[in-house]
Amino acid sequence: MTSQENYKVNSNGYYGKYGGAYVPEMLLPNIFELQENYLEIMNKSSFKKEFHYLLRDYVGRPTPLYLAHRMSEKYQAQIFLKREDLCHTGAHKVNNTIGQILLAKSLHKKKIIAETGAGQHGVATATVCALMGMECIIYMGAVDMVRQRPNVERMKILGAEIRAAQSGSKTLKDATNEAMRHWINHPTDTHYIIGSVVGPHPYPDLVARFQSVISEEIKFQLNEQIGRDYPDMVIACVGGGSNAAGAFYHYLDRSEVQLVAAEAAGLGIDHKKSAATTFLGTEGILHGSKTLLMQTPDGQVTEPYSISAGLDYPGIGPLHAHLFDSERAFFCAVTDEEAMHAGIALSRLEGIIPAIETAHAISVLEKIEIKDKVVVINVSGRGDKDLDTYITWGKY
Amino acid sequence: MNRINEVFLKKKKRVLNIYFTAGYPKIDDTLRIARALEAAGVDIIEIGIPYSDPIADGPTIQDSSQNALDAGMSLKLLMRQLQDLRKYVNIPVILMGYINPVLQYGFTEFCQNCKKVGIDGVILPDLPMQEYIEIYQQTFEKYGIYNIFLITPQTSKQRVLQINEASKGFIYMVSSASITGAKQEISQEQIDYFECIQKMNLSVERLIGFGISNKETFDNACQYASGAIIGSAFINQLKKNNSDEAISSFVGSIINP
Ligand SMILES: Cc1ncc(COP(=O)(O)O)c(C=O)c1O
Repeated sequence: MTSQENYKVNSNGYYGKYGGAYVPEMLLPNIFELQENYLEIMNKSSFKKEFHYLLRDYVGRPTPLYLAHRMSEKYQAQIFLKREDLCHTGAHKVNNTIGQILLAKSLHKKKIIAETGAGQHGVATATVCALMGMECIIYMGAVDMVRQRPNVERMKILGAEIRAAQSGSKTLKDATNEAMRHWINHPTDTHYIIGSVVGPHPYPDLVARFQSVISEEIKFQLNEQIGRDYPDMVIACVGGGSNAAGAFYHYLDRSEVQLVAAEAAGLGIDHKKSAATTFLGTEGILHGSKTLLMQTPDGQVTEPYSISAGLDYPGIGPLHAHLFDSERAFFCAVTDEEAMHAGIALSRLEGIIPAIETAHAISVLEKIEIKDKVVVINVSGRGDKDLDTYITWGKY
Repeated sequence: MNRINEVFLKKKKRVLNIYFTAGYPKIDDTLRIARALEAAGVDIIEIGIPYSDPIADGPTIQDSSQNALDAGMSLKLLMRQLQDLRKYVNIPVILMGYINPVLQYGFTEFCQNCKKVGIDGVILPDLPMQEYIEIYQQTFEKYGIYNIFLITPQTSKQRVLQINEASKGFIYMVSSASITGAKQEISQEQIDYFECIQKMNLSVERLIGFGISNKETFDNACQYASGAIIGSAFINQLKKNNSDEAISSFVGSIINP
């Protein structure tokens, strides 16, 4: 077996011991339909052509790979920023929603549902639904709807219907539950666009494939700029793990490339209010896949906490659980405070105000030795949506 | 013999299975409600293991689960509550829940304790058949616990046959493409589906569940299967009045002619 095969999903939908499709019988026909068709559809040249056309002319790809001069000087390294923040709608999420809406069309689905936490995936989904003229329902935790009001309004402007998830803790995991329940109730005409590399097989794989355009571009952009197609290190934040999966994808089997994942530690990993899944989680089953998740000894999923709504998820995708177990990736826990300072640092050094999710990845520079290394940081999104959080925090 | 088989040996029609959530409405009501159900004439009892993220359940069962969890319910506590189950209850008892709490409890220990307290079967809707066969079946069988499978209107005929093959006790026939929740009537579309499955002459008995809420829906479902399962409607009853008398008259309103 080559090392490549170790990190790609196997035919049963597993990454090592993680993954699978733990869904009730009611959802299985939909999941089987996807499992049986996704690769064939995605590999069709007509599909690829339309996907790449939309990524280029609608999303604005390729996104720049920018050598951050002042930051490089500060850390005595070559630091490149992969500018996913410049994608249409302001984050990498749209790479996946473009791919999945084309997939939904190929499967002759008429309606789209999605879950959202911070609202970025909801906005990206509402955007592609408007683009394709498809009906769109977004589930969002009632608590998050209050926290992320501007994104709620963005989705409404785009024509989506927003439904408040009132169950459980009324946040992202509950919005995901509600979307799955909706799908059970509408099994034939609806496609569920999951927003990260989570959920039952084949979702983690298909989302990773759509996001893999990030590392595909990094390869040729690095080649142009430094004459080799790989860095010494790739750093990305992990909520569910889709931007990290995309940034790591083409380097998974390149052991010369160090992979670093930044998790949200909230108030700290020794504190109850945290979302650092690899530090605080244990093996279990959440939203249809076996993975690492934060739970009580009784197996009840616990409510995570992070200042960043996009990282406020009690699990991680099964690929990342496997990268953690196999030590292929190094996981770093970044607190709210550290992330906020890193967000300000990037703003002051390079004139880029990052999403607070992304700020967690930036903060890694303070935690590990990178002197003389070529480092790529995935700037997963821009900070516009987080202005209120920056203002409330106030230390700038 | 497994108590589930005993029921179907004695009774081929109008088997009534009632679901309630462990620790609801009060944390120590579990055994009392089971006893009241048997006294009222129910044939099979299904006890829900509360879970924080029950994706196949509608608002009624979600709320009862959350309520029980908030009161401190857990699978460990449920096993303790059921320690003396077989001193008081003779009819089959099935545990229904999601796979994660069972895995955290320890799967083998779970089966061991099910056998010890006298549980006859388990329904874990998010345990796929493939994984069941590869990883779990042997242990279930070692301890004599039946794993009950679901079929739905979307389940292909070929898969229904596979599930029939893997099933013991009965097949849980989900009445429509939906999550759990009480409904007032059964549609023609559902009846077409019931008839279609009935014509397949499966070797395992079938009970129809989801949306069965009263005498009318129970009677209707019973024309197409050995019986039916009532969940949310009973939880709603418990919420209104959970005295033994109220439970008895709820059950009576369904089974009495
Ligand atoms: C800008 C940004 N980065 C990262 C994330 C986290 O998601 P993932 O881990 O799937 O990339 C989000 C989620 O909302 C986001 O908006």
